[in-house]
Amino acid sequence: MRIGDAKQTYEADEAIWTTSTQKFWFGLFLLFLLVFPFMADSYLLYLGCLVGIAVISTTGLNILTGFTGLISLGQAGFMGVGAYTVAWLSVNTGLPFPVTLLLAGFMAAAVGILVGLPSLRVKGLYLAIATLAAGVFLHFIFAEWESVTGGMGGLSLEPAHLFGWSFQSDFMMYFVIVPLAVLMVLAAANVFRTRIGRAFIAIRDRDISAEILGIDLLRYKLMSFALSSFYAGIAGGLFAYFYRVVTPESFPLSMSIFYLAAVIVGGMGNLLGGILGAAFMTLVPEALKLLTSALTPFYPNAPVFMSPMLEIIFGALIVGFLIFEPHGLAEIWHRIRRFFHLWPFRN
Amino acid sequence: MDWMFFGEISLAGLAMGGLYALIALGFVIIYKATRVINFAIGEIMMFAAYLFLAFAGGMEMSAWIALPLAVLGGSILGGVIEKTMIRPMLGESPISVVMVTIGIASILVGLVEFIWTADPQLLPSFLPREPVFIGDLYLAPKIAYGFLIGAAVLIVYLLYFRFSRGGVALRATASDQAAAYSMGINVRRVFNMAWVFGSLAASLAGVLVAATGGLSPQFGIIGLSVLVVVIVGGLDSILGALIAGVFIGWLETVAGAYFGGEYRMPATFLVLAVILVIRPYGLFGTHEIERV
Repeated sequence: MRIGDAKQTYEADEAIWTTSTQKFWFGLFLLFLLVFPFMADSYLLYLGCLVGIAVISTTGLNILTGFTGLISLGQAGFMGVGAYTVAWLSVNTGLPFPVTLLLAGFMAAAVGILVGLPSLRVKGLYLAIATLAAGVFLHFIFAEWESVTGGMGGLSLEPAHLFGWSFQSDFMMYFVIVPLAVLMVLAAANVFRTRIGRAFIAIRDRDISAEILGIDLLRYKLMSFALSSFYAGIAGGLFAYFYRVVTPESFPLSMSIFYLAAVIVGGMGNLLGGILGAAFMTLVPEALKLLTSALTPFYPNAPVFMSPMLEIIFGALIVGFLIFEPHGLAEIWHRIRRFFHLWPFRN
Repeated sequence: MDWMFFGEISLAGLAMGGLYALIALGFVIIYKATRVINFAIGEIMMFAAYLFLAFAGGMEMSAWIALPLAVLGGSILGGVIEKTMIRPMLGESPISVVMVTIGIASILVGLVEFIWTADPQLLPSFLPREPVFIGDLYLAPKIAYGFLIGAAVLIVYLLYFRFSRGGVALRATASDQAAAYSMGINVRRVFNMAWVFGSLAASLAGVLVAATGGLSPQFGIIGLSVLVVVIVGGLDSILGALIAGVFIGWLETVAGAYFGGEYRMPATFLVLAVILVIRPYGLFGTHEIERV
C-alpha cells in the first residue's frame, strides 16, 4: 500500500511520472517494446506496426476531442492528407522519409487549421458535421485530382529509405513507427503541462469561461486543430510507407468513426486511454479473425459471418462502453491499479 | 441548355426531395423532443426496407400488407432503441449520445448483413408502372408514386402535430421540458413516442427510397444526405426540414445528372459548409443563446 503521496512543489505535481514505481514500469515497457520485434513472428510485427500508427492518430484526435472538447469526424481525411503528401513527395522528389513525414505533418496541420476556422462560430455537434463535410471534400479531392493523387487508382510508392537502408519489411518499419509513437505520446503528455495544454482543457470545460480568463479562443482552438492534424498527418504518412499504396478508399468515413470510437472506448481526455483504446480497437478485429479461423473446421460458414459480426461487435463496444463505462478502458486500468495500491484494504 | 432535360431532372429531384423531407421530418421530431442527433436514421430506414423485403419477397405477402408491417417494425425498432440505449444516456454530453447512435448504426448494419447477406437486393415492385407525365415532362412512376405517398403521410404528420393531444405534448416538451413536466405531461412517454413516430416516418421513406434505387447494407449512407438537410433547414424546424429536404433532393439530383454521380455529395456538402459559416443554426432553426 502506498501512502503519504503529498506533493510539495508544483514541479512534483506536474510531473509525468510521480513515483519511482511508475518510472520502473515504464522503463520495463520500453524494454519490452525494444525486444518485441526480435521475438515476435511476422504477424505480431504487423499488428505492432498497426497499433503504433493507430496510437499516433488516436492521440492526435484525443488532443482535439478529449482535451479541447472539439468533436472531429475528419480524422481520416487529415490522415489522407498526410499519406498523399508522403506518397507524392516520395514519387516525385525522392526525399528521405524523415523529411517527407515532417512535411506530411505540416501539410495536414495546415489543412486542419483551414477546417478549424469555422470552429469559433460553430461548436459541438455542428462542428462535428463541419468536419464531416471537410472529410467529404477531402475524399472528393483525393478521388478527382488525378494529376496529383492518381485518382481512384491512387499512388504506389517505394519503401522508405534513409542512409542507404530500405525500410521494406515490417521489422524495419517497426523501428520507425513505434519509437515515433512513444515520442509523440510523450510530447502530447508534455503539452498538457504547459500553458497551451492548460488552455485546451479550459476551453473543453467551458469555452466562455476560458475566454473570460483571457484565453484567445480562436487561436487556441486552431492550435488544437493544427496539433491534432499534425499527429494525423504523421500517422497517415506512416500508413503510406507501411502499405506503400494510397487510394481514396484507404481513408473512408468509417475510419474517422473508428478513431473517435477508439478515443471513447479508451477514455476521453486521457492519453493512456487513447493508447489503450487504439490498441484494443485494432486488436479486436484481429482476435475475431483468429476465432473465425479456429471455428472454420467445425462451422464451414464461419468466415461468411465474420464481417457482420465485426460490425455488430464494433457497435456494441461503442454503445456498451458509453452506457456502462463512460470513462473507458483508462478507468478500468485505474481501478486495477487502485486495487494493488490499497491492498490489503478495500478500495 | 436543354430545358426539357433540365425540367425532367428537376422534377425527379423534387420528388426525391419530398422523400428527403419526410426522413428529415422524422429526424427533426426526434431532435425536437429529445435533443438527440440520430446518426442511425439511415440504418433504421434500411432495416425497415429489409423487413419489407422479407415480408413481400420472402413470405410473398401482398405489398400493401407488407408495407404497413415493415413500417410498424421500423417504428418498434425506434421505440426499443430509445428505451434500451438512448434513455440510459439521459443527461450525458451530446457527443456521447451521438456516438451511441453511431454504434447503433453499426450494429444494425451488422445485423442486416447477418440475416440478409451483404449482396444488393431488389425490392419486389409494388407501385403502378404507367409512366407519369406532368405537362410534357416524364417522371419515373416509382418516384412519382413514392412522392405522393410520402407527401400524404407528411401532411398527416403536420396536422397531427398541430392539432392532436400527442402533438401538443411533443411541442410542449420541446419548448420547455420542466414546464411540460409540471403540467402533467408524461415526458418519458413523449420521448418514446418521438422515437416511434420519427422512426415511422423514416421507415416509410426507407421502403419508398429502396423501391426506386435498390437495397444494400450501404443504404444507410442516405443518412448523410438527411444530415445535410436538417442542418441546412435548422435542426429543430419542421418547416426548415420540408424546404431544405426538397431543395437538397433537387440539388443532389441535378448535380448528379450534369456533373456525374461523384459530385452529388460534394455539391450538397458545399451548401452545408456555406450555411454553417453564414447561419450556423440553419435557415429556420432557433438561435440558442448561451450563458455561463
